[in-house]
Amino acid sequence: MIPISWFLIVAAALFCIGLYGVLARKNAIAILMGVELMLNAVNINLLAFWRYWGVERVSGPVFVVIVLATAAAEVAVGLALIISAYRRRNTIAADEIDLLKG
Amino acid sequence: MTPVQLIFILAAAVVLGAAVMVVSSEKMLHSAFWLIVSLFGVAVLFVLLQAGFFAVIQVVVYIGAIAILVIFAVMLTRRVMDESGPQLTRWWWLGALAALGVYGILVVVLRSWAGFTTPIAEIPAGGQDIVRLLGIALISPNGYVLPFEVASILLLAALVGSIFIAWEKR
Amino acid sequence: METTIWTDPIRVIADWLTQLLVGWGLPAGLVFFIINLLGVAVLATGAMLFVLFLIWYERKIVGRIQDRLGPNRIGPFGIFQSIADMLKIFTKEYITPLGADKVPYNLAPIMAVGGVLLIWAVIPFADRVYGVDLNVGVLYIIAVGAIGTLAIIMAGWSSNNKYALLGAFRSVALLISYEVPMVMALLVPVILSGSLGMNDIVRSQAIWYLFVAPIPALIFFLTSMAEVGRSPFDLIEAESEIVSGFNIEYSGLKFGMFYVAEFLHAFTISLLFATLFMGGWRGPGAEQFPLLGLIYFVIKTFFVYFVVILFRGSLPRFRTDQMMDLNWKILTPLALVSIMVIAVVEKALAGSSLVVRSASLLLANLVVALVALQFLRSSGKSQRELAESAGAQVVDTVSTREHTSI
Repeated sequence: MIPISWFLIVAAALFCIGLYGVLARKNAIAILMGVELMLNAVNINLLAFWRYWGVERVSGPVFVVIVLATAAAEVAVGLALIISAYRRRNTIAADEIDLLKG
Repeated sequence: MTPVQLIFILAAAVVLGAAVMVVSSEKMLHSAFWLIVSLFGVAVLFVLLQAGFFAVIQVVVYIGAIAILVIFAVMLTRRVMDESGPQLTRWWWLGALAALGVYGILVVVLRSWAGFTTPIAEIPAGGQDIVRLLGIALISPNGYVLPFEVASILLLAALVGSIFIAWEKR
Repeated sequence: METTIWTDPIRVIADWLTQLLVGWGLPAGLVFFIINLLGVAVLATGAMLFVLFLIWYERKIVGRIQDRLGPNRIGPFGIFQSIADMLKIFTKEYITPLGADKVPYNLAPIMAVGGVLLIWAVIPFADRVYGVDLNVGVLYIIAVGAIGTLAIIMAGWSSNNKYALLGAFRSVALLISYEVPMVMALLVPVILSGSLGMNDIVRSQAIWYLFVAPIPALIFFLTSMAEVGRSPFDLIEAESEIVSGFNIEYSGLKFGMFYVAEFLHAFTISLLFATLFMGGWRGPGAEQFPLLGLIYFVIKTFFVYFVVILFRGSLPRFRTDQMMDLNWKILTPLALVSIMVIAVVEKALAGSSLVVRSASLLLANLVVALVALQFLRSSGKSQRELAESAGAQVVDTVSTREHTSI
């Protein structure tokens, strides 16, 4: 009833919104949230392809589990870094943390 | 328009609308709350894909842990006169252009694929228990035990690393 | 076994209603939807009305523990006290603080109650009486608990009050810390019964899991009490602590919702404990007559709830760092070790009979308990010696380190 194209379009749109969030936002945490949106889009894609094109195989769900675990680990480390940078520099705007520049 | 299609359209609207609000909110905490709404919408999409297990896992991991972490981080890094002015970098229009460009490319590539409008395949009768199959696949030696172990080491490294990085050295 | 109202009540009522509504000319899909909606409404309303009885029950028992009578003026034995309180709370004025964020502020009490009521959907009250038979019921319960945690953050932040925010921070830090051993303790019935669904867990408890795996049962009990925020873990919202915590800026029915959510949550964890570890509705004759199953279930639940109230009435409150110590240094390692031990024993004796398996699991649990007690004893002894050598002035030996903010 729902063709796979609908899911893929939604996933592509979500990915691009997340991409815009990563490229255009100043706050480092907002960038991280954009990355989370992109990872969710990837998950939707994986599960859509699994459901429509290979329900008997289990590699789709396994991949989704690994992506989920990796996203959680990445958010934890990313936020720890952001909090640490905030303590030193008292700012989390991505364009103000530029000690390594030039 | 069957009820399932209606639910899909609603869920997709929630996901995309909330995602737009995430990337364009002025206040960081509003972004975090909209992220939670968007993730709920993604969980509903998972249910529509008959992966109910992943919908619940999504709520537990993303909303129950990651979103709360993000909210904590937002609250711990609030500046005194924060959230003043637009939260966009100087070249934000380039970012918007790039995102639109990527979206255009994706849509074009997808449409040129033959299987784009495949109708849904039936699940074989006697329905497989995805939870059980997933569990067996994750720990069987000729399954996916190696990625599973590597992922657990990754999680351990992230745990130790983030505690160490965020430790306040007094 | 024919299908009468005594053997299969939900199916009989649903069929009769379907026939009635279809006879009135409604399409079948809509009828299905309406009947499910009706079931949801009945369950939710029943749960909320039941809280009135629970509040009275608790106040009476806590009163007796403290050697006083409890409510006894309004109605015989003070039964109508809860209704009087309810009327009072309904008629109070809503005061929204200046600068509060309207949407999270109003959404938080709803989410708090919703997060508790949603758990009732997967609990099997009797053999064929349940809301929905999810095959991932245990995970669903954890997911719904996360919604309650979110509600607290939203309440604390949107009140525009730094004490509410502080209270919300401490509360959420406590909740997410105690989720870790709770999830691990919840894994044990899953391992022992081989399924994540609540119905399967109840059906496979020929011997109650309380007797087969007492340590995970204890861990689940303690961590759920911490999740609810009951004494002795009620630092986060006791009246004498940081101006009563995250719900300080709420008045009227919104505060009533938080209050109801807390009591209902306490009862819900008793329901969960009875389902997962005490065999749920199982008992003699419960398979044929769901009503008997319901009666057994209610008896078991009230027994557990009574123990919860006893804990509340008799133990002093923990400090935040004591609670964190208890969680990370005692409960989490204990839960990890007991999962490993139980999984190994269960796998090693997979072919034996039920009695042999249960006895060896019980033995393994007792060994783990003895080892843990030994650890605790030696650590307590070393701390006492440290304190005595440091002088006789030390009041508290548990934590002397300075802990970071939050």
